[in-house]
Amino acid sequence: MSLLSIENLKTHFFTKAGVVKSVDGVSFDLDRGEILGIVGESGSGKSVTGFSIMGLVDPPGRLVEGSIRFDGQDLVGMAEPVMRDLRGRRIAMIFQDPMMTLNPVLRVDTQMIEALRAHGRWSDDAARQRCRDVLGQVGIPSPEERLKSYPHQFSGGMRQRVAIAIALLHEPDLIIADEPTTALDVTIQAQILFEIQKLVAENNTAMIWVTHDLAVVAGLADRVAVMYAGRIVEMGTTEEVVNRPFHPYTSGLIGSAPSRNPRGARLTQIRGMAPLPMNLPTGCAFRPRCDRATEACIIEPDATTPESEHLVRCYHPLSGASDWGTTA
Amino acid sequence: MTVFIIRRLLQSVIVVAVMTLLVFAGVYAIGNPVEILISQDATEVERAAAIARLGLDKSLPEQYLAFLGNLLKGDLGTSFVFGEPALQLVLERFPATMELALSAMLIAVFIGVPLGLYAGLRPDSIGGRTIMTGSIFGFSLPNFWQGLMLIMFFAVILQWLPAGGRGVRGEFLGIESSFFSWDGISHLILPAINLALFKTSLVIRLTRASVRETINLDYVKFARAKGLRPRRVIGLHVLKNIMIPLVTIIGLEFGSVIAFAVVTETVFAWPGMGKLIIDSIFQLDRPVIVAYLIVIVCLFITVNLVVDILYAILDPRVRLSDQKA
Ligand SMILES: Nc1ncnc2c1ncn2[C@@H]1O[C@H](COP(=O)(O)OP(=O)(O)OP(=O)(O)O)[C@@H](O)[C@H]1O
Ligand code: SF4
Ligand SMILES: [Mg+2]
Repeated sequence: MSLLSIENLKTHFFTKAGVVKSVDGVSFDLDRGEILGIVGESGSGKSVTGFSIMGLVDPPGRLVEGSIRFDGQDLVGMAEPVMRDLRGRRIAMIFQDPMMTLNPVLRVDTQMIEALRAHGRWSDDAARQRCRDVLGQVGIPSPEERLKSYPHQFSGGMRQRVAIAIALLHEPDLIIADEPTTALDVTIQAQILFEIQKLVAENNTAMIWVTHDLAVVAGLADRVAVMYAGRIVEMGTTEEVVNRPFHPYTSGLIGSAPSRNPRGARLTQIRGMAPLPMNLPTGCAFRPRCDRATEACIIEPDATTPESEHLVRCYHPLSGASDWGTTA
Repeated sequence: MTVFIIRRLLQSVIVVAVMTLLVFAGVYAIGNPVEILISQDATEVERAAAIARLGLDKSLPEQYLAFLGNLLKGDLGTSFVFGEPALQLVLERFPATMELALSAMLIAVFIGVPLGLYAGLRPDSIGGRTIMTGSIFGFSLPNFWQGLMLIMFFAVILQWLPAGGRGVRGEFLGIESSFFSWDGISHLILPAINLALFKTSLVIRLTRASVRETINLDYVKFARAKGLRPRRVIGLHVLKNIMIPLVTIIGLEFGSVIAFAVVTETVFAWPGMGKLIIDSIFQLDRPVIVAYLIVIVCLFITVNLVVDILYAILDPRVRLSDQKA
């Protein structure tokens, strides 16, 4: 049985201006030790998916449908104290902006030790020892000194390492990493990627790695899910998705991947703009930007698996997969 | 931290020195000090004596030194009206005003922060909305009218509390204060509330706005993602951050409370500095005005110093950037 199994998850925001269907029918499974990359443009619902799993969706947002089974229990509708016990201990999350994830007015040791003590008794000595060990693991030199520092005394990369260390404190079963390296420069990004990959492999931790950049995920994830406008439009092994994308949007993403372009150069864009979540086009949400769109696309395509383990939501998928839309 | 405090102390001393120079310039150099500091009703003999005592026949630098010397001795001239040393007059009223200002600030903080916190955490609840509506009243009611209403209701109609005056003071550890006797406290309640209402509204609104802003920040979400209890997330992560703007505003407002106290002291016949300064201005009792200015400036400097220190305790970024500088 998979560690995490999400079925038809819908998380909507009921704002004054209207309902934002940030996540609208997402399903995927994740096994222990597996790394799933979630890729998509800004606003496609990647973070909201992560927060939904953490049970940290705040009003006006709400999980309106679906189930999130984690190690046999459904997290949807779970009592808050039970959920809180899982948070940080069995499911941890790392955020995008390392400059913002640590509290600026609290010392690093305060912020680490409280994370330990949220889930059990720790003596001062044992807690500090554990913090030092984990800081060492994520490559922070002289951890003892660093514990007594405030976040602003660290560089961005170091702060993100601290955040990763906090996520690792309880050796969770699942880590949700929400674009943790996007804000960092390329060399540091590469280092952190390498280290985190090693650490999860050692602990057999499952991981969801959210990113804009398909190339980052290519070297890291076992499987990739491509999100567009709140839905997964393509999912398969990394190898499959990167080398033989089915969905026109995925193939566009590959063309516009930052890592394939000279640094600093403007990326080749996918034509048009990401749709406004408030008024999505009817049918396939990618339709206005899609070169292959036909009349069939006015009706929302279902998820299909032209090849086993390679899912796509498109009537006219690319690269050799049979174009079943025209005959449908 | 010690370095920080010492530096701030030195800065304060410099400010005080500059201030004495300004007061000196205002009183001695620009105007005619004889007219400012000596009553017009004084006889020629008294005048001559005062001129000699104040050293007004000497050169300006000498006069400044003499002024400083007198200042250190606490001699700022004699009140025309009371015939007592002006500084002593002001300092006698100082505790009464401080009692009032302190009580008002305590009320504002201990009522304003929890209410603001509640309104910030539950902005759409009935309680939250009620608090915000209530705070609008606190802002818009005229201070003296509100004072009169308090007197009408609690002193005249209900007869629960006295309408004015300071009451009998109690003594505790050798300090004499209204805080230490029931009579003193009962006299303090109405004027303190009157003075506090506006500030309470301000603190409520500031707290609420800061909470709304802070609660959505990543580090609060990250704290929750660690599995911390709401009590710790709010009580430490949120509160410690909103304390930074709060302390600044409360410090600044403490000064304005003392200034506002003038109205309240008048309405409630509270024998504080505010009432004294109003009387002195009407009667052109200039030595008292000068003494009042000096006391107020010193008070402001002290408050600023305390705020700076608290600020550095609360915000490590301030402390460190200062050390580097
Ligand atoms: N609190 C909120 N209120 C209203 N809408 C929200 C809220 N939070 C998220 N959304 C909406 O949900 C959609 C998905 O947001 P999400 O943060 O998941 O995007 P993302 O894929 O993580 O994008 P990015 O790459 O920019 O982080 C966005 O359109 C956003 O406007
Ligand atoms: S379903 Fe149609 S519009 Fe949507 S991606 Fe496929 S071809 Fe394009
Ligand atoms: Mg995001």
